[in-house]
Amino acid sequence: MAAPLLEVRDLVMHFPVKSRGVIARTVGHVKAVDGVSFTVEAGQSLGLVGESGCGKTTTGRLITRLQKPTSGQILFEGQDIAQAGPRVLKPLRREIQMIFQDPYTSLNPRQTVGEIVGAPLVIHKLVPASQRLARVQELLEVVGLNPEHYNRYPHEFSGGQRQRIGIARALTLQPKLLVADEPVSALDVSIQAQVINLMQDLQREFNIAFLFIAHDLSIVRHFCPEVAVMYLGKIVEKAPRDELYEHPKHPYTKALLSAVPNIEQAVLGGRRERIRLQGDVPSPINPPSGCRFRTRCWKAQDICATTEPPLQKVGAGADVAACHFPEQ
Amino acid sequence: MSRPFLSVANLAVHFPTSDGLVRATDGLSYTLERGKTLGIVGESGSGKSVSSSAILGLHRGTNAQVSGEIWFDGTDLLSLSDEDMRRRRGKDVAMIFQDPLSALHPYYRVGDQISEAYLAHNQVSKRVARARTIEMLDRVGIPQPDRRVDDYPHQFSGGMRQRVMIAMALINDPILLIADEPTTALDVTVQAQILDLLQELQREFNTALIMITHDLGVIAEIADDVLVMYAGRAVEYGATRDLMTQPAMPYTWGLIQSIPDVTRSVDLPLRPIPGNPPSLLNQPPGCAFFARCEYAQFVPGDRCATTLPDLLPLSDGHLKRCHLDHDLASYAVVETGAI
Repeated sequence: MAAPLLEVRDLVMHFPVKSRGVIARTVGHVKAVDGVSFTVEAGQSLGLVGESGCGKTTTGRLITRLQKPTSGQILFEGQDIAQAGPRVLKPLRREIQMIFQDPYTSLNPRQTVGEIVGAPLVIHKLVPASQRLARVQELLEVVGLNPEHYNRYPHEFSGGQRQRIGIARALTLQPKLLVADEPVSALDVSIQAQVINLMQDLQREFNIAFLFIAHDLSIVRHFCPEVAVMYLGKIVEKAPRDELYEHPKHPYTKALLSAVPNIEQAVLGGRRERIRLQGDVPSPINPPSGCRFRTRCWKAQDICATTEPPLQKVGAGADVAACHFPEQ
Repeated sequence: MSRPFLSVANLAVHFPTSDGLVRATDGLSYTLERGKTLGIVGESGSGKSVSSSAILGLHRGTNAQVSGEIWFDGTDLLSLSDEDMRRRRGKDVAMIFQDPLSALHPYYRVGDQISEAYLAHNQVSKRVARARTIEMLDRVGIPQPDRRVDDYPHQFSGGMRQRVMIAMALINDPILLIADEPTTALDVTVQAQILDLLQELQREFNTALIMITHDLGVIAEIADDVLVMYAGRAVEYGATRDLMTQPAMPYTWGLIQSIPDVTRSVDLPLRPIPGNPPSLLNQPPGCAFFARCEYAQFVPGDRCATTLPDLLPLSDGHLKRCHLDHDLASYAVVETGAI
């Protein structure tokens, strides 16, 4: 069997916390990502959800190698790029691209759209200068912008159009994997759907794999056939979409799902049981012993404080969850 | 017949700019009773925040042109002097802002910021104000309030900061509370906590609540009535259940359809509203939604393009601004499964 497009094994990212003073000693580590493993097959999408601070964005930044992980493996088409240097990475940057959250800060305001979208072509010397404009216009057309607007500046576009520019830039090098970090959370509702539909069309047309990072559970459900839930730097549950949303196994997933406001249930009744998590997420500098969710979990018992539950198969399906007392 | 508790009539907020007059809000009317919640929904720039700031008189001292009437508990807030408005602002009417990190001063302890609001309206000693502050922090669910009162905003998490904002808004027992996207910056689990808290406090103090948001799910959960705004005007107004189950204006329907609901089939593509909202500088002469509307083809002639429809009652208490004569369901636009 061929290697999957992306395989992440035991990925760890610990950021050192320095003490103040002239001699800055390392006094602890923020365990942003702490042993995360998953695979993404070519042309498929994996959703990564969780609350702020759970490490989902850091995971995305490690895979695009904007940051170097503390340990673990990132196998892209079988090649480990976790500790690779710039020379190895440069050709790989063509294959892995990123779409950023905020279309207002991720585009250089002093560059025209043509320069922004064409920059990757210049850096990787892919297309002769004479053909660059034609390629840029082609890309703008693909993402639904007017190709004649290549010499406009980002401020002349609305939020949704800017996100399309960001997507065009990510597509320039025809990547195999796109890491989309909260690609629509900064957009208005009616525009979110436009951008989601655009990404789905592009995925089908160019067979691009997506790592879709978001906190909005309903958008992730719409986009990704497989979803992983993160809590405090670890994946607590990973399952096919229908399994995860209809029969969540981990108490955290269950609580997260029950907190999503839902028009149909609110208006027509038939509301599912609401679980209110108490308090805040603990600090990732000093995560709880054993199961990290135990401090907010209503099922927690003694074993949860002493033994960390492994991510293992629960039930008959492909659902894996890290819990001593999973829901049945 | 007595006047409603809050009655906004024909409110307009215009901003003269070097490019022309920006009509941020025009001809806006609604009413709200004590203990009830009004949800105002709309996209960025639809005038939902601008119109609500007018209730607090936040446009005074700017170059904004505000006209219309805002009857609140028997007085027209727009005709009050600045001094009288200041006496009511923060006391009878309070506001919770969207982003607690930028609404709190980073250099002052949260306790001092909260008690300042209390001292401004009550002739009490600082010690009494501090005790009241601690009581409020406790009330909004901040653990160890007597210790946390001396902390700075950066020492609180996002959800806790929003609780501080709520404590600050509620410290003078306001009878009208305006919450401007109070949960947009928060995670869903924290959002649920904050919405619960707001509803609980509302029941306790019999407060009237205006909830401004773009999230129809939040509206469906807590609002009694909904006002949908588009390009500065109300386009649909009615009881939450009526409006969500039988939306009468294509824009409302479009909003409902473009949300990926957690229970909806994933095989159906999302149905986005095509295009973008019009500029508030050059509003089209007819219906502002005309250029994006799939139903305009069913209105004979070019009425949608030339004539602004009035906000007319459809049934008891359900108003719409649309030229269509019949229910949306009776028109043959490609149907998708939604509610």
